[in-house]
Amino acid sequence: MGIIKASRLVFDYIRRDEDENIQEVDRAIDNLDLDIEKGSFVAVLGHNGSGKSTLAKHINGILTPTQGTVWVSGMDTTDEEAVWEIRKRAGMVFQNPDNQIIGNVVEEDVGFGPENIGVPTDEIWRRVDESLEAVGMTAYRYKSPNKLSGGQKQRVAIAGVMAMRPECIVLDEPTAMLDPNGRREVIKTVGELNRREGITVLLITHYMEEVISADRVIVMDDGKLVMDGTPREIFSDVERLKSYRLDVPQVTELAWELRKGGLEIPAGILSSEELMEHLLPLFDKRFPGQIHMGSLGEYHVD
Amino acid sequence: MSIRAENLTYIYGAGTALEQYALKNVSFEIPEGQFVGLIGHTGSGKSTLIQHLNGLLRPASGTVYYDGTDIYSEGYSLRNLRSKVGLVFQYPEHQLFEVDVFSDVCYGPKNLGLDKEDVEERAKEALRQVGLKEKYWDQSPFELSGGQKRRVAIAGVLAMNPRVLILDEPTAGLDPKGRDEILEEIGSLHRERGMSIVLVSHSMEDIARYADRLMVMNHGEKVFDGAPREVFEHYRELESMGLAAPQVTYIVHQLKERGVPMEDGITTVAQAKEAVLRLLGKEGQI
Repeated sequence: MGIIKASRLVFDYIRRDEDENIQEVDRAIDNLDLDIEKGSFVAVLGHNGSGKSTLAKHINGILTPTQGTVWVSGMDTTDEEAVWEIRKRAGMVFQNPDNQIIGNVVEEDVGFGPENIGVPTDEIWRRVDESLEAVGMTAYRYKSPNKLSGGQKQRVAIAGVMAMRPECIVLDEPTAMLDPNGRREVIKTVGELNRREGITVLLITHYMEEVISADRVIVMDDGKLVMDGTPREIFSDVERLKSYRLDVPQVTELAWELRKGGLEIPAGILSSEELMEHLLPLFDKRFPGQIHMGSLGEYHVD
Repeated sequence: MSIRAENLTYIYGAGTALEQYALKNVSFEIPEGQFVGLIGHTGSGKSTLIQHLNGLLRPASGTVYYDGTDIYSEGYSLRNLRSKVGLVFQYPEHQLFEVDVFSDVCYGPKNLGLDKEDVEERAKEALRQVGLKEKYWDQSPFELSGGQKRRVAIAGVLAMNPRVLILDEPTAGLDPKGRDEILEEIGSLHRERGMSIVLVSHSMEDIARYADRLMVMNHGEKVFDGAPREVFEHYRELESMGLAAPQVTYIVHQLKERGVPMEDGITTVAQAKEAVLRLLGKEGQI
């Protein structure tokens, strides 16, 4: 069993009238099976309302299943005795940085979690130091969070989660409210935590560019898991992604369009280097002697 | 109808130790019916700038002319201006408050003092323009999805019958399909009703698809102003400002650097596809 496992998970949002009679049942997750390997970086895609956030909220027991079971490090999330341990192991970061920061000073905010669970003071400081270091925010430790940019605030929120020494971090659209700079900062930080500290990452996002370096991508639609594979496998099927109301990075879309237009380009191109690798020989044939074929990456632009 | 900004300068915290220039000598003119993209990283001054265009902020120096008249002049009706220049804030759905969708959209025109019939007519038209189905009109706005709520909020501004619509990141937080739908509706307001649009966005891809003109703000100054394809030529400078040209323009640049005779001014995937296939003699496949 992986670090997160869901078996035949069903979750219904139930709307009741004033007399508690059921008015409407909305199935947000529909019989979902999922097994996530420890240490992996998994991206979750799906349009609004596809059930991604509902799934995320099951992983640290904010929601519990209507049917089926979710285990985190082998603990059942409906086990009330285990729920605090689960929340220590699986930390969450949400979309809006302003809703997650409570401290007046960055280091105080990061220390809030461990302090709350009675970690000894020395140990709290050690964790604050390490967590700020891990997200590259040490220089801001005495600053007021209000003075930080969106991306910096999200990194502080991530440090707050790291200070709980989790095995796994679930990020629910952490970059949706950030500008491109902030987005890059946060994604880079998350990638480093995964590689260096071995933290399992579950990243929910709408930005396809953010999932390219994931180990695994899963796509949700209508509460079901509809695609599951490496980024290359997932992005090989542009038409299918579009049918789930998703997008693909421009380079993938261009490659796919050119392939449809009759060029010999494989499916699932993820970077401009890859596309160049396949396009340049075609241009070389067409315009002999005009194309600089040197090693790729030499003209690396982005 | 045109909007002209002349040497706009705005200072936050003027006279305090935290004094900061949010706008420095910004000038431009937006003629009737133009679709303008406004880009800049967080804190570059774009939100401050658009709040001058309908008189919500008053500049430290410089001024704004609407249709040739100085909007800060004595006796000018800012109230009237605001019904002509509609401003849709970021996350406008946070401003919904009525018990049902229809009443929420009626709120603006009702305050203009129109009679009930006109108010309702405008609300209906606005809701149709944003593509919100009639079955939602008597629902509480809080029960709708994020994309639908945002449409209601935009309809509330449209019901004022503005000639200029300014939107501050109208697609933030929406999924790709919801984003395309909202942009398409904004595009049709521009095409079919000749409305001038100012679209603040982080997405160069979206700007490339819709805008006639792109203005780039950096540290309170307007640093680029031109057709998107011209501005994207400066991708290195854009990067140094924390921005980036659309991914497809990088591919085009790489191809050019390798000696492929790609034409200038390609900013969308569709254009790039056409150019590559034409050069490789596959145009029949387009």
